[in-house]
Amino acid sequence: MNRAWRLLKRRLVGSIPVLLIVVVGSFLLLEAAPGDAVDAYVASVGGDAGMIEALRQSWGLDASPMTRLAAYLWALLHLDLGHSVALSRPVLSVVLERLPNTLLLMGAATALSFFLGTALGIVAGSRPGSLRDRLLSVGSLALYAVPGFWLALVLTIVFSVQLRWLPLAGMETIASGKTGFSRVLDIARHLVLPVTSLGIIYLALYLRMMRAGMAEVWRMDFTLAARARGIGRRRIVWRHVARNALLPLVTMLGLQSAAMLGGSVVIESVFSIPGLGRLAQEAVGARDTPLLIGIILVSAVLVIVINLLVDIAYATLDPRVGASEANA
Amino acid sequence: MSLRRLFRTPEAVAGFAILGCLVLMVLLAPVLFPRDPLSIAGAPLLRPFQDWALPLGTDRLGRDVLAGLFHGARTSLAVGLAAAAASILVGSVIGTVAGFAGGLVDEALMRITDAFQTVPGFLLSLALVSVVGPSLGVVVVAISLSAWTGPARIARAEVLSIRERDYVASARVIGMHPIEIAFREILPNALPPVLALSSVIVAAAILTEAALSFLGLGDPNRVTWGGMIAEGRAVLRSAPFLSIIPGIALVLAVLGVYLAGEGIVESAATRRGNA
Repeated sequence: MNRAWRLLKRRLVGSIPVLLIVVVGSFLLLEAAPGDAVDAYVASVGGDAGMIEALRQSWGLDASPMTRLAAYLWALLHLDLGHSVALSRPVLSVVLERLPNTLLLMGAATALSFFLGTALGIVAGSRPGSLRDRLLSVGSLALYAVPGFWLALVLTIVFSVQLRWLPLAGMETIASGKTGFSRVLDIARHLVLPVTSLGIIYLALYLRMMRAGMAEVWRMDFTLAARARGIGRRRIVWRHVARNALLPLVTMLGLQSAAMLGGSVVIESVFSIPGLGRLAQEAVGARDTPLLIGIILVSAVLVIVINLLVDIAYATLDPRVGASEANA
Repeated sequence: MSLRRLFRTPEAVAGFAILGCLVLMVLLAPVLFPRDPLSIAGAPLLRPFQDWALPLGTDRLGRDVLAGLFHGARTSLAVGLAAAAASILVGSVIGTVAGFAGGLVDEALMRITDAFQTVPGFLLSLALVSVVGPSLGVVVVAISLSAWTGPARIARAEVLSIRERDYVASARVIGMHPIEIAFREILPNALPPVLALSSVIVAAAILTEAALSFLGLGDPNRVTWGGMIAEGRAVLRSAPFLSIIPGIALVLAVLGVYLAGEGIVESAATRRGNA
């Protein structure tokens, strides 16, 4: 436990400069945008030059960029992510409202790709070089080549338009008045297609990593020793090969979290799921600078937290991690 | 000899065949379809295989789907190659500088790399395109912005191991300038593992470009496969082929890049193995 603590402390300290760079970077990027929040507001509401000036002043947009960055950093320290122009609400509360939907989508998709990918990876890796191994490898590559948004559309055409088995879009049936278990079931039915389209694509990552890891373990001496002792193939596959190849896959869970967060932008927009990704798209459309910065920041924090959790899980599972640092 | 090694597996052959078709489409697009692919070619919503002048039918506005497919291949391939070249160039220079300089420079550059890897790449590209405005050049920059980190990390790791080799020490002894050593002695030797990554980067760039176009952030003056898919969404119930056809082209193109890339890496590995 001490080991995990040390790791956690080191990682937390290490993530501070990274976050700072993210903040400054996104601030600079959005400073470069032609037109500011007032322009966007006036374009939708209307107003004269005097009102524009007054608005700029009241929103603090007339100060110098450095002052604005300093003010922004100071506000961030107080967990104030600014005010969304398009929605006229604090950014943090808007983002936090949408976050659970994205987490649910990401979590389910990650679980699907991890378990299915690992299982198929074991099937492929139990006989490296065999026909089924090559079929699975090429098949997974083909899946990895599929754009998520297109897969989502095709699944919609088949299961929602043609077969009418599953709902077309949304997170749950609007104004259905469902509560408790029937509401959970309703949300689950709505999430089948989004989760499948997001999860199927990343399945290939786990499959290929598991397969490559197993192919490597097959060549190791202890596998040869196990075979020499006459242990059955099935037992070698499960107890010796798959088990040893499984551990590195845990790191992949953290590494692909950023990619999956990015992928959820398009998936959420295809299925009209009110999550973080769709919010980003809405912010882009409304030129809502504070909101877009807020989303980028929150997703960066999310990625850091996920990687931290994965690192701790890895350290708990693998006693070798961090053991050498105790002496160093 | 080396060609035979390259075409050793059926997967690699399929990959190169697809890439060949793609290049052919790019080269033949202006010959076969000299008209603007965004112009109206016939009656709207013509189904595929009905009229042989328009073999894949027309979209909602009566634009030729096959012409769009050919011209879209140009956009996809151009963006994919340009973004991959840019990210490999930027990434390997940054990685080389970080690995060779070491110390504070290394620390600073690696924290910046961390930051770029922490922000979801697609959100970053989305933000840049929406800020600067959609054009082909901006899309390339936006994609490279999130793709240079991989090459940078690999280049740095290579440089760290090459830095200590004898020929680098002798270059130092004969009084070569450190910058010259970094870019003439070390970088060329650090490149092969970075280049092995290039097919993955090209494929990812093609997919990102498609996703950006799908969300309406592609170059509006060019046909893109992602844009065609988005366009077909409006008539998904009555004419699903409009979204399905460009998607199949996209899948095949990306798969071709993957398979060909794996073929090259594998043939390089066997060459090393035989030597």
